[in-house]
Amino acid sequence: MTPQSQFTVVARIAAGREPALRTLLATMSSAPGVVDPNNPLVPFGEFAQLHFVRFVILTDPTLADIEAYGVPRPNLPNYLAFVGDCDGPSAQCLAQMVQRAAAGLTEVFTHCEGFDTRADLLAWMQAHDLPIAASYVNWVGRTVLQIKQESALQQVLSARLDRTAVASAAEARERWREMAAFVRNEIDARRLSLTPPEPTPLAWLAAKWANFLLSLLLSLLALPLLIALAPLLLFQLRRQETRDPEICPRPDSGLLRELQGLEDHDVTNQYTAFGSAKPGAFRRALITLVFAVIQFTARHIFTRGYLARVQTIHFARWVFIDDKRRVLFTSNYDGGHQAYMDDFINKAAWGLNVAFSSGVGWPHTDWLLLRGARREHHFKYFQRRHQLPTQVWYKAYPGLTLTDLERNARIRQGLERDLSDTEALAWLKLL
Amino acid sequence: MAQAAMSAHTDSLGAGIDLNDIQGLLRFGFKHHTEAVFLLLRVKDAAAAREWLGHVPVASSVSQDPLPKTVLQVALSSAGMHALGVGADVVGGFSEEFIEGMAGDANRTRRLGDVGENAPEQWDWGSGNRVPHVAALLYALPGNLEAFQRSVEAQCAPGFELLYRLPTANMSGVEPFGFVDGLSQPELDWQRTIPAADQEQLSYRSSSCLGEFILGYPNEYGLYTPRPLLDASRDPDHQLPRAEESPNEADVGRNGTYLVLRTLRQDVRGFWRAVDKRARGVPALRERLASLMIGRTLTGEPVVLDGEPGTAAGAAAGPGATGSPRGPGPASPGGTAGLAAAAVSRDRAPAASRPPLDNTFTFESDPEGHRCPIGAHIRRANPRNADLPPGGIGVLSWLIRTLGLSSSARARDLAASTRFHRLLRRGREYGVRLTPAEALSAPPAQSGLHFICLNANIQRQFEFVQGAWLMSTRFNGLHEESDPLLGNRLPEAAGTRCDYFSMPQSGGPTQRLESLPQFVSVSGGAYFFLPGIRALRFLARTGASGPHASGAA
Repeated sequence: MTPQSQFTVVARIAAGREPALRTLLATMSSAPGVVDPNNPLVPFGEFAQLHFVRFVILTDPTLADIEAYGVPRPNLPNYLAFVGDCDGPSAQCLAQMVQRAAAGLTEVFTHCEGFDTRADLLAWMQAHDLPIAASYVNWVGRTVLQIKQESALQQVLSARLDRTAVASAAEARERWREMAAFVRNEIDARRLSLTPPEPTPLAWLAAKWANFLLSLLLSLLALPLLIALAPLLLFQLRRQETRDPEICPRPDSGLLRELQGLEDHDVTNQYTAFGSAKPGAFRRALITLVFAVIQFTARHIFTRGYLARVQTIHFARWVFIDDKRRVLFTSNYDGGHQAYMDDFINKAAWGLNVAFSSGVGWPHTDWLLLRGARREHHFKYFQRRHQLPTQVWYKAYPGLTLTDLERNARIRQGLERDLSDTEALAWLKLL
Repeated sequence: MAQAAMSAHTDSLGAGIDLNDIQGLLRFGFKHHTEAVFLLLRVKDAAAAREWLGHVPVASSVSQDPLPKTVLQVALSSAGMHALGVGADVVGGFSEEFIEGMAGDANRTRRLGDVGENAPEQWDWGSGNRVPHVAALLYALPGNLEAFQRSVEAQCAPGFELLYRLPTANMSGVEPFGFVDGLSQPELDWQRTIPAADQEQLSYRSSSCLGEFILGYPNEYGLYTPRPLLDASRDPDHQLPRAEESPNEADVGRNGTYLVLRTLRQDVRGFWRAVDKRARGVPALRERLASLMIGRTLTGEPVVLDGEPGTAAGAAAGPGATGSPRGPGPASPGGTAGLAAAAVSRDRAPAASRPPLDNTFTFESDPEGHRCPIGAHIRRANPRNADLPPGGIGVLSWLIRTLGLSSSARARDLAASTRFHRLLRRGREYGVRLTPAEALSAPPAQSGLHFICLNANIQRQFEFVQGAWLMSTRFNGLHEESDPLLGNRLPEAAGTRCDYFSMPQSGGPTQRLESLPQFVSVSGGAYFFLPGIRALRFLARTGASGPHASGAA
């Protein structure tokens, strides 16, 4: 099994270079929201381990919101973020990109502060690759290669399937055997391939289990302290919740139109949001803890197709920027934006509240879990207002959603072991 | 009948509801008013237009006995408000979708499926300078429409030009394809018995909070949908109601709602020919296939209530296997023959024991779509699910499902919770009504539906149902298909074909209809605001004092 990893290269945009950078990034798409996978700058389609990637300019028109908390508007820079999800170590993926697209990447990053065309591009990118506070991968171990091979398999089998009813489950099994034999033939004839998974890297496994045990140990150690401090912490939380200003004006319609222009060109969409964390040591500690918990659950519990009830997110991540004063959130999700947000409100509003309620202006919450995102319009306005247009967005498998990936994987699994009669019938229904 | 039945509830009407201020369409379908025409108007003289809107009699939701001979309902588009001179700050308080309009944005047309043959550029009305300003909906008891229409058109003439007339036909509750229509409607909570609170609903209910359909009342979240609220000083003589949640503000939205109007042209002959071809001319199978596409029989029986779910390799398999040639390929005729046998055997199932036209059913007992396909029209339009997928009782089961930890619950958690996505439908048919047999032989005739739905939140209700459920090629885990009736059959951007309709079988592989042509095309559409009657008068008057009072846009 090949685990996935992320890179989040974030660099300050050099003074005066933002307009030129925008123009350059626009050349990577054939139309707004539709990337050219073979664009000459960074031909994303050539990198077989790349799932998703985006270039996004991090500006923050909501910076002044923090004044409502009695804190002066900070003077923080605009950044360029180069954000990707890939199979295997991200260092390897970046190295390969440098190897094949050094000129294009250099052209992009010359718009950033302190970038030296003579220096080592890879080292520079790695130096600017920010640590991830929390990340979610829909299915740990599912590679781009697997996704593409299984999709080809599904298409061939679905077209070939004899869809007449079967007289018995035994006959279903007979039909499954025919299909399995057909697939073996196709593989021998090199018309299909089903590459077996790579062995799981031992270092990755060891790190995962070490993390699990260490986290458990730390939680156990911290638990008595947390229990002892609970009344104080809850008092502080409640005090802030009742006083924190809610800043959810209706987003500018020009921004909305720009965002929507980038959406719904494929069955999957991108989301980039940016904002400031609420001031104060309490909130700073709270978001550190919250992201650690999210990271723990995403690494050890939600690794098989779902993040609580939400089953439509491919990859998501939270990254601290400017010494935890700001947070960047990116995700890749199936369906339209409205459905994504309604899904969240109705299925996991509590999760949104935990993850985002330390953001400046978040709709009023109760006890960290309640209300907040359930305040429908406040939430919808808030999230759109904090969303940034994603200048360049690439997905390696257009036209495929997570339900497709899940179904196709089950089709393949059904060919790699012996099935009982009833299992064979269930397998036929997948096609 | 509907009106008479409704009047019984008037005594127990919820607090603060003023039926005199609510246009009748929110409460009644006017089904005794079998004659109707919708006039789409554009302002040519704002002062004259305002004069008419300020005084024209508009029917309220108060029950009347005897029924009025004629009924007029009036709705305004955002372009219409601008043309009347309503202040930009007032118009700006309405929702983004309403302000932009149905055809105003490329992303919206993508989401609504208004591309290809449905593209707004090809509409008869609703796009560019053919966006109506005012919709006047005229309803009349039999024999009364003609004179009424003449009179209204004459009254309108000084202020408006007539952009388009949408005539309707009385098809007695049957839509042009031949199916009984309008059976499933949300029941509005006129008594206001549903508490205005955000409470998880663990079962499907057909009643809805008033605020889902009327602005100014709490919705299913227990919240008030945003709408234009004005400082009371803007309305010194109390022309407008005051906002329930903010008594110092005048509520332009209260007792009003958004009205979505779309002209859907139905290719009745094309529909029955396509189905007939796939049924190989067998009438019983033809009807059966069509019923599976709709999710109801021609007479309105939900197919999900049909018989019992077959066991593996059960009823459907036995007869189907006989004489079905073993051929590769999804279109093997044997598949259809199998279905035919299944269909006929199902039709023999006794139907007498079930109550007629039950509307309380859900799809909970048919999670795999063996009786009612997952993609059937009524299942897409109204999945009838609850906030949480079904499961055991007790806190532990609730917690497990809430955290997404149960795989069986997750498999049934792909469609959004229904109660936030309901529509109050008020459409009217037009054209010629044909039986399926007539449709197959008759020359093609123009017919279709002037679809109307009312909702307080266009984005969360109409656009969600249309985009995420009906037109979506990924509804509830499906792929390669959109709504069997409304789908535009266009491939996805990545090239995937979307002209299938799948019918899961308990005893074998999923059967599919393939290469379905487009049966319904959009030929017009717009978003309107159906104001409370006081708000209508206010908007007509405020235009006069507004900054753009002098001219039509």
